[in-house]
Amino acid sequence: MLPVGRSVGTIALALGQAAELIAGFDPRLVQIVGLSFRVSLAAVVIAALVGLPLGAAIAVARFPGRQAVIVVLNALLGLPSVVVGLLVYLLLSRAGPLGPMGILFTPTAMVVAQAILVTPIIAAFSRQAIEDAWREYEEQLNSLGAGPVQAALTLLWDCRFSLLTTVLGGFGRAVAEVGAVMIVGGNIDGVTRVMTTAIALETSKGDLPLALGLGIVLISLVLALNAAAHLIKEAAQRRYG
Amino acid sequence: MVDRAVKAPSSLLPLRIEDVCFEAGGRRIIDGISVEIQAGARTVILGPNGAGKSVLMRICHGLLAPTSGRVTWNLSQPANGRHRQAMVFQRPVMLRRSALANVAYGLKLAGAERRERQARAFRALDRLGLAHLAGRSARVLSGGEQQRVAIARAWALEPEVLFLDEPTANLDPQATREVEAAITSIGAAGTKIIMVTHDLGAAKRLADEIVFMHNGRVLERAGAELFFRGPSSREAAAFIRGELL
Repeated sequence: MLPVGRSVGTIALALGQAAELIAGFDPRLVQIVGLSFRVSLAAVVIAALVGLPLGAAIAVARFPGRQAVIVVLNALLGLPSVVVGLLVYLLLSRAGPLGPMGILFTPTAMVVAQAILVTPIIAAFSRQAIEDAWREYEEQLNSLGAGPVQAALTLLWDCRFSLLTTVLGGFGRAVAEVGAVMIVGGNIDGVTRVMTTAIALETSKGDLPLALGLGIVLISLVLALNAAAHLIKEAAQRRYG
Repeated sequence: MVDRAVKAPSSLLPLRIEDVCFEAGGRRIIDGISVEIQAGARTVILGPNGAGKSVLMRICHGLLAPTSGRVTWNLSQPANGRHRQAMVFQRPVMLRRSALANVAYGLKLAGAERRERQARAFRALDRLGLAHLAGRSARVLSGGEQQRVAIARAWALEPEVLFLDEPTANLDPQATREVEAAITSIGAAGTKIIMVTHDLGAAKRLADEIVFMHNGRVLERAGAELFFRGPSSREAAAFIRGELL
């Protein structure tokens, strides 16, 4: 065990170096942060394109087994990212059904894994928000003659601010997860190394400054996302009620 | 308003309600009602809370299907002539957009042309004295203003029949006065008004004829003046005296 004084000193030193890396736009750090952004952004766009209409459809439609679908959807919120990684790995590995595409250990595979991870989150939360609104709007929209598709579109638009919060939350989840991208991306330096996988690796190698620098960026990002979500919701509440 | 006689040579009315029953959760809410509602006069469906008035109105408007019996309009035309009737609810449902866009939304669903919508929506708001609020977000308006936007949204559709479900129940006296004035002028412009209320004052101010309901049945139907002067049923007399039924 290191004496306490020294370990604190080590951390302080590493923090200082981490700050230098961030302030100096260290190319390695910038490259890793940039890839994280691109992968998670693409994943969230896909997840939103699938999850929002899915959530709206489940909120508005009445069909047998609907309750079961909602239970499963809510259960998928807690989907462990390593399991998603494993499933996508099996799909994309050379012997797997999508093996011929040859995208395992590429950023594309990471996008796929994160999209699968985030889609249920967006679908489940948007289902909840839209169903609450539907309860208020149902009679009025029926009275005006809105069909199911028209009603779903209207609700999506009317819930746009809480849905934006949901999507930002999905991005936070994607950019912070490590299990899935580690498995399907392989954490290849300069190719598939993102913030979380880099932190895991650099920590085990003992390169604390880079790990800490990335950690600081990641936490700041998640904080900023939550602040943005909060501010948007507040502003919308004041403006639109 | 457009002269509806030109657009629609034949009328939706009379509305025939025949042996209508409605049950929910094992309870009979509407218990065998048969009424025919004619064009013209303002009809107020009056009765104590829980009489089944709002449910009856929803059945007429097509939002609920009766358990038994039937509701028929004079025209069995497209979707029961839904586009020729409109409804205003007790609690106005405002979409998260401007007052103008709320009114235009109804027109869009009714199939009005994009260019035409804005102008018609603005005219409807203007008729209700809301032109200055057209650009404001509908959900931050006051309760009375929201209800008038809801009425404008219904009126913009130029409906032949306008259903109103306790439109002033949540409003203060000033807002009530404005909403009732709007209802009166819509009626005067040729739209058939059918309103549900438990408020005697509102009924006295607005009704030409009264349909009195109690416990899911129609107990009495009469011209308003006659009804308030000498109701024929014991329940209506008690209700007019302000007793709890």
